[in-house]
Amino acid sequence: MPPDGEAQPSIDSDVVALLEDSTEELYESAPCGYLSTLMDGTIVKINKTLLDWLGLSRDEVVRRRRFSDLLTVGGKLYHETHYAPMLRMQGVAGGIALEMKVADGARLPVLITSTVKRGADDRPLLVRTTVFDATDRRSYERELLRARREAEKARRQAEADREQLREALAVLQQSLLPASLPVVPGVETAVHYHTASPVRLGGDFYDLFPLGDERFAFFLGDVCGKGPKAAAVTSLARYTLRTAALQGLDPEAVLSTLNAALLERYADGDPRYCTVIFGVLEPEGRAVGVRLASGGHPPALMLRADGVAQYLPTPAGMLVGAFPQASFTTVRTALEPGDTLLLYTDGVTEARTGADNDLYGYDALQSFATGLAPAQPRAVIDAFAGLLVGFGDGLNDDTALLALGRPHQ
Amino acid sequence: MDILRRNNVRVMGPETGRPLVLAHGFGCDQNLWRLVAPGLAEHYRVVLFDYVGSGRSDLAAWREERYTTLDGYAQDVLDVCEELDLRDAVLVGHSVSAMVGVRAAAAAPGRIGTLVMVCPSPSYIDEEGYRGGFSAADIEELLDSLEANYLGWSATMAPVIMGNPDRPELGEELTTSFCATDPEVARVFARTTFLSDARQDLKTVTVPTLILDCEQDAIAPREVGAYVHAAIPGSRLVTLPAIGHCPQLSAPQATADAVTAFLEAS
Repeated sequence: MPPDGEAQPSIDSDVVALLEDSTEELYESAPCGYLSTLMDGTIVKINKTLLDWLGLSRDEVVRRRRFSDLLTVGGKLYHETHYAPMLRMQGVAGGIALEMKVADGARLPVLITSTVKRGADDRPLLVRTTVFDATDRRSYERELLRARREAEKARRQAEADREQLREALAVLQQSLLPASLPVVPGVETAVHYHTASPVRLGGDFYDLFPLGDERFAFFLGDVCGKGPKAAAVTSLARYTLRTAALQGLDPEAVLSTLNAALLERYADGDPRYCTVIFGVLEPEGRAVGVRLASGGHPPALMLRADGVAQYLPTPAGMLVGAFPQASFTTVRTALEPGDTLLLYTDGVTEARTGADNDLYGYDALQSFATGLAPAQPRAVIDAFAGLLVGFGDGLNDDTALLALGRPHQ
Repeated sequence: MDILRRNNVRVMGPETGRPLVLAHGFGCDQNLWRLVAPGLAEHYRVVLFDYVGSGRSDLAAWREERYTTLDGYAQDVLDVCEELDLRDAVLVGHSVSAMVGVRAAAAAPGRIGTLVMVCPSPSYIDEEGYRGGFSAADIEELLDSLEANYLGWSATMAPVIMGNPDRPELGEELTTSFCATDPEVARVFARTTFLSDARQDLKTVTVPTLILDCEQDAIAPREVGAYVHAAIPGSRLVTLPAIGHCPQLSAPQATADAVTAFLEAS
């Protein structure tokens, strides 16, 4: 009761009349469907709301149909294999999505809740079921499902596109490296190429090719940057070096040619440069003579037959493509039987190692090579490939390795 | 892999009793045997298990490719039989498990000596000369609804099964896991169940076989029981006074009695 002095809210007399509604009326025209079945599923009572939804008359249903007769096949199978057992075992089951058949052939998505009613002797007698129209919910679910399928389709397309790109890049990368090395009389060769990322074209390159007069040329280098632009520089460098070498130029002149080519090509303000070692092999008695020039590249390592490993100085070599007046110097050495020359890019020396993530560095590299010497090219490359694997995540750059050796005869 | 844990195996009854392996069908899990297992365990060594993917099995062990054929389910049965070193066991298979039992018995004759088929169906789809109870379109509709997760299998619509203080005998573990099925597992299980045609397999049955069907069964109608009976020479057919596809729940006593009577007589 409200406190004294406060007026009670007035209720319209028509509303009062509605509130007087019979329980029967509440059952029949409830906003949800009601039905009662015997334990075998036979429908013994059903309200008007549900009959209207299904487009059926009471006479067609009561004592003539079982609950599962009102369901679609999918709903019926679910009812038999899940819902009815659940109800049997637990006496109650709620919030289950099913589909009912409407007389005109349409389907009515519903949510149902059922309770088993028991007699005095605890015998299960009746199942009371409440049926909610879930059409709106179903539309929502359909929309979710459609969105999920679209997203799934987009994801698959993106995956396919990525795969295609990976393939294209792999082919392009291959085109920047020789498919195989030619046989050089009296010289054993071995290479290794580590790709840091399958989707980023590396800038490391190498080649070995005949000059046509018992001499062979080789080079190994590293273009600054990664990706398609770096690949374009690699391509230009590779073919310029080949062409210059075939014209019979000395190593220093070959590097000067590349320097000029890069400056000319990238004169528009987006300079591109590289480091490169270029050399020529030529027979020299029982040894193989080597003429070598470096353009800003880490020094080659010579693993001698006597067990010593030393860097081979290539003085005055400036970065290629950076300066108009770059100068290079050709040095000479020889591969005696048992010697191996190793060219490498800075992926190996700049790998991060140890607890402090220090650079691997030149001292460690030389120590490692000393541990190997004397060694044939294949053995050197295999050992270095193992070293790279050992760097794990510390190796984050592409790395090219080229070894040339004069075996014992 | 620990098979007993993988398949949530439970064993009850006297150690010297003849082994009785109860295999659940598509839908729930071993809990469906709850009303008949205690009675049978008075004389038999009752073995209960869940197929991988169902009930309280190790869901991580589920592989789609294994469970797209009846043989995958038969392998679960055989794994359990081997793990417990069962011999001359009675395989009581409900619904699709009746056909799983046929495969298992053929693959390991020494292990399974008798089959009891509860509401079996070798093929659900009607075709000329055979009535399975469903049209191909019906089964497509079922599989579509599973594909779309429209029915109660959907994880988001899975019922939250509340504790049931009125019936404490159901136990906590039942009320929390009963019938809860991963939609992906249900999808594969349904495809395997409702698209399989094991009619040719019936000829291979050589062990004593009891077929139980129900007076009214929306999934495996009487004609199907009669078909299975006719196809397996020497089999016995008993129609239980029950309605629905799960007589072990709706008429547990009659179901247990029929099994016991058959085993005692044979």
